[in-house]
Amino acid sequence: MSHVRGLTCRECGRAYAAEALHACEFCFGPLEVSYDYDEMAAAVSREAIAAGPPNLWRYRELLPVGEGDPVSLGAGFTPLVRADRLAAELGLGELWVKDDTRNPTGSFKDRVVSVALTKARELGFKVAACASTGNLANSVAAHAARAGLASVVLVPSDLERVKVLTTAVFGGQLLAVEGNYDDVNRLCAELASDYPDWAFVNVNVRPYYAEGSKTLAFEVAEQLGWRLPDHVVVPVASGSQLTKIDKGFRELVRLGLVAARGGHEDDPAGPVRISGAQPEGCSPVATAFRAGADHVRPVKPDTIAKSLAIGDPADGWYALEVVRRTGGALGSVSDAEVLEAIRLLARTEGIFAETAGGVTIATLARLAREGVVRDDERVVVYVTGNGLKTVEAFSDTVAPTATIRPRLDEVAEALGRSGFLGAGDHEREAR
Amino acid sequence: MSVTVRVPSQLRTLTGGAGELSVPAGTVRQLISSVEADHPGIEARLLDEQGGLRRFVNVFVAEEDVRYLDGLDTKVADGATVSIVPAVAGG
Repeated sequence: MSHVRGLTCRECGRAYAAEALHACEFCFGPLEVSYDYDEMAAAVSREAIAAGPPNLWRYRELLPVGEGDPVSLGAGFTPLVRADRLAAELGLGELWVKDDTRNPTGSFKDRVVSVALTKARELGFKVAACASTGNLANSVAAHAARAGLASVVLVPSDLERVKVLTTAVFGGQLLAVEGNYDDVNRLCAELASDYPDWAFVNVNVRPYYAEGSKTLAFEVAEQLGWRLPDHVVVPVASGSQLTKIDKGFRELVRLGLVAARGGHEDDPAGPVRISGAQPEGCSPVATAFRAGADHVRPVKPDTIAKSLAIGDPADGWYALEVVRRTGGALGSVSDAEVLEAIRLLARTEGIFAETAGGVTIATLARLAREGVVRDDERVVVYVTGNGLKTVEAFSDTVAPTATIRPRLDEVAEALGRSGFLGAGDHEREAR
Repeated sequence: MSVTVRVPSQLRTLTGGAGELSVPAGTVRQLISSVEADHPGIEARLLDEQGGLRRFVNVFVAEEDVRYLDGLDTKVADGATVSIVPAVAGG
């Protein structure tokens, strides 16, 4: 059953009923789901979770939904992979990759959408809508189809072609908007006032949607044998995912599902350090972190990491607060580093990440070099989108070793030229 | 001539349900004063104690965030549309 008590404004603390509301009427601050944690603690156990389905709905008691069937394509409970070869390249010790490329539509957005549309259906909505940089578009269109809801998805018109096609295939309404994500987002925020009977997953049902990202923390802790990591590295677009991963770890401690890690009384999960990753071409939160600023100044994005291209991040300020409080850092990396990092992850661990994953791995590499991420820490890096979605970023970077005719000597010659076969091998094969 | 101010649902309890208002042209600050004169209470929702825009309020003039323009001193021409939008959306 639901343990939701209502919505609370993060800024002024005003309370609201658990309806489709996202901003406080008085100060416009964001509304956050509040729970009865005593009741929740009584309802959850490690055993009950382990007996649940192999997807994010095993954590149902910790999510803001009621009893009915969830809207689910099976998102969540993705592999947590020990990454020793990548760790060796980066000079790290115990490193794990949370491989969220392995979700139904290929990104972590399936988590938040599954939760958002489950709640939307519960509230009686018939239409699912969103502003998206692409991954959310895929996920909303797919989950709406699954749930028998109509969908209206708005994306910037310069989006990667794959993300457009893999949204359109689900048959909902897809509007390509001439503008960047922030333009699309502004348009949707206005539309939400005029179409109150549509569930905009990242506008009017955003408080529920955002809670879905807590499962990224829950799963990591469970997959580590109900232990917390020391340090996690997370991509930052709106900043919502990062703040919810922090919330997820804290809730596990509060519910007694994992041991506290020696933080002080107000901050028992404190030692889970949370670091964030942004592309240089859109790094308003990292810039604020470096400057020691107390607000995030919006930017106009220019980066190949389009899924992170949010110039005016809604939760930027809160992400900054979490990173500072937990002793993490925020880094930013160039497009060239992003492409190199995607290849590094692919060649060391067999995981093909989209550009956002490249941003995260490249930032991990940078923070490791700077000694912020240390070799005595248990580190988890979140790779949240599949590389097949952003192949365009690679068209000039990777190619076949050679194109040959179907002849033995041409194989040997080509692999000799590439250095794969040594000179001796080459001669032997050629004879 | 005048400018159109689009009002989000969060403020429509103060405008008798209206989603669009018409006020004389001027700076964004003057527009907010004009709206306040007709619909008392709106200014306090939009501006903080120092008279600046609240952190979670975005104002757009012809689709451009005034934070990229001249902030509250941004001039709004006759016939333009100004949107007040809660900042917390997206991602």
